[in-house]
Amino acid sequence: MKPFAYLRPDSLTHASQLTEEPSAIPIAGGTNLLDLMKLQVETPESLIDVNKLSLSEIGDEGEGLRIGALATNTATAAHPRVRSDYPVLARAILAGATQQLRNKATTAGNLCQRTRCYYFTNIDQPCNKREPGSGCGALDGIARLHAILGASSQCIATYPGDMAVAMAALGAEVEIMNAGGETTRVPLEDFHRLPGDTPEKDNILESGDIITGVILPAPVKGVQLYRKVRERSSYAFALCSVAAIVNMEEGRIGDIALAFGGLAHKPWRDKRVEEALKGTEPSLKGFDEAAEILLEDAQGYGENDFKIPLTRRTLKAVLCEATGMDT
Amino acid sequence: MTLTINGESRSLPEDPRISLLDYLRQGAGLTGTKKGCDHGQCGACTVLVNGVRINSCLTLAVMHDGDDITTIEGMGTPDDLSPMQAAFVKHDGYQCGYCTPGQICSAVAMLDEVAAGWPSDVTDDLNGKVELTGDEIRERMSGNLCRCGAYSNIVEAIQEAALETKTAGADA
Ligand SMILES: Cc1cc2nc3c(=O)[nH]c(=O)nc-3n(C[C@H](O)[C@H](O)[C@H](O)COP(=O)(O)OP(=O)(O)OC[C@H]3O[C@@H](n4cnc5c(N)ncnc54)[C@H](O)[C@@H]3O)c2cc1C
Ligand code: SF4
Repeated sequence: MKPFAYLRPDSLTHASQLTEEPSAIPIAGGTNLLDLMKLQVETPESLIDVNKLSLSEIGDEGEGLRIGALATNTATAAHPRVRSDYPVLARAILAGATQQLRNKATTAGNLCQRTRCYYFTNIDQPCNKREPGSGCGALDGIARLHAILGASSQCIATYPGDMAVAMAALGAEVEIMNAGGETTRVPLEDFHRLPGDTPEKDNILESGDIITGVILPAPVKGVQLYRKVRERSSYAFALCSVAAIVNMEEGRIGDIALAFGGLAHKPWRDKRVEEALKGTEPSLKGFDEAAEILLEDAQGYGENDFKIPLTRRTLKAVLCEATGMDT
Repeated sequence: MTLTINGESRSLPEDPRISLLDYLRQGAGLTGTKKGCDHGQCGACTVLVNGVRINSCLTLAVMHDGDDITTIEGMGTPDDLSPMQAAFVKHDGYQCGYCTPGQICSAVAMLDEVAAGWPSDVTDDLNGKVELTGDEIRERMSGNLCRCGAYSNIVEAIQEAALETKTAGADA
């Protein structure tokens, strides 16, 4: 690991001022950042430990729920309201990593975790995300984990997390404080970005921005499911995952929200798919048509071509389960 | 700036780069905690921080000011094994033994998590009581890899220790 200064501010304002310096990085659980620092993928000059800030609370916010930036993934998944009102979130978190990691991983750290692209984590390989302008090793290389939606000729990496996929389906907002002390809320769907010509930027955070929490809206009616397809049945990143919230009304699909993981540089939500399903009677044909809309612009890069049929099948399986249809 | 390791107070290292794992092994001379992958993937470095299991390789020692750390050395001694250690010996829950300290620390904390009602990926009812089935144990222990593949004996050892803990709880 390259040498760095370690600072542990005890106020949010101070933490934010310290991270205004681009070579300073906040550290929460450390389970992603330290991993990358050991590989010299991340080489901060200073680490700003945010753990002294009082940001770990989980509590009601109106009819919704506020999850502090420092709440551990374990605390969130085990929270009684998350379990009863937002089960898709508990399921998504529990489907990720291991108990040891979830005990350390935080809400903000999980949102900001970086891609698992093998070229990104190997400093001997070209990677536009790690070193802008060096090329993309994955484009003609090993791309099993990579994107089929929203990629660019500069980067085809995926956002690897599970928690944020459920939060996208739930319509969550991310609360961010900037160096000037102003707090804003951004829809989770707009927090991560597509790679475009600037794949080095995973999300909308600027230097000095500190995530303070995530706000879930009031719970909605319906079945909530998280289905994660991976190389083994536990402890692996998603090849494809689907978070679904489906409310049936008199045999028809009522309100529906769908978000997808493992397919793009961000949790993927396509409202056209939801619109196509809403008001219809559940049928395999209808589910196929919805999958068609979702995958209209999907593109594989050789090794990950399988993700296109895999996503179609996973979506259909989830919709069958959520609508109570026999398969 | 101090932390407590198995009941003994120690001062934190000056170099912030030192992981908790390296500090335990080299700074405190407690080599029971093992370094496997050093990237949070294998679980050999599992220790308890304030009673909660974590990978000691993915955290810095300086981040643990005031924390209470328990390593395998704090679980029991060769003459006075803890129930989990004794169960691993009885059921042969290892071959080479390299992953064992991590497995045991992990398993001890895991039983507390189950007692606290934390659900896992394989728990059917998120709001119900957790039954410690084989599937539950396997899922909850998935962060501890065993290259010798002693998994079935590890599961048996944990099942026995869990029963014992329960009985001990009922006696108390
Ligand atoms: C072996 C392994 C398997 C895993 N499997 C999965 C999986 O299946 N699914 C999954 O979703 N995840 C998985 N993970 C990733 C894990 O979930 C993340 O490492 C974890 O969530 C990161 O949280 P943290 O608090 O430790 O973040 P840190 O490592 O502390 O930080 C990560 C990033 O977040 C930034 N950050 C932290 N807090 C703030 C804040 N308040 N404001 C602004 N920026 C902040 C940091 O600067 C850093 O860039 C796995 C990790 C490992 C090591
Ligand atoms: S896909 Fe993105 S992260 Fe991976 S090598 Fe290409 S530019 Fe880098």
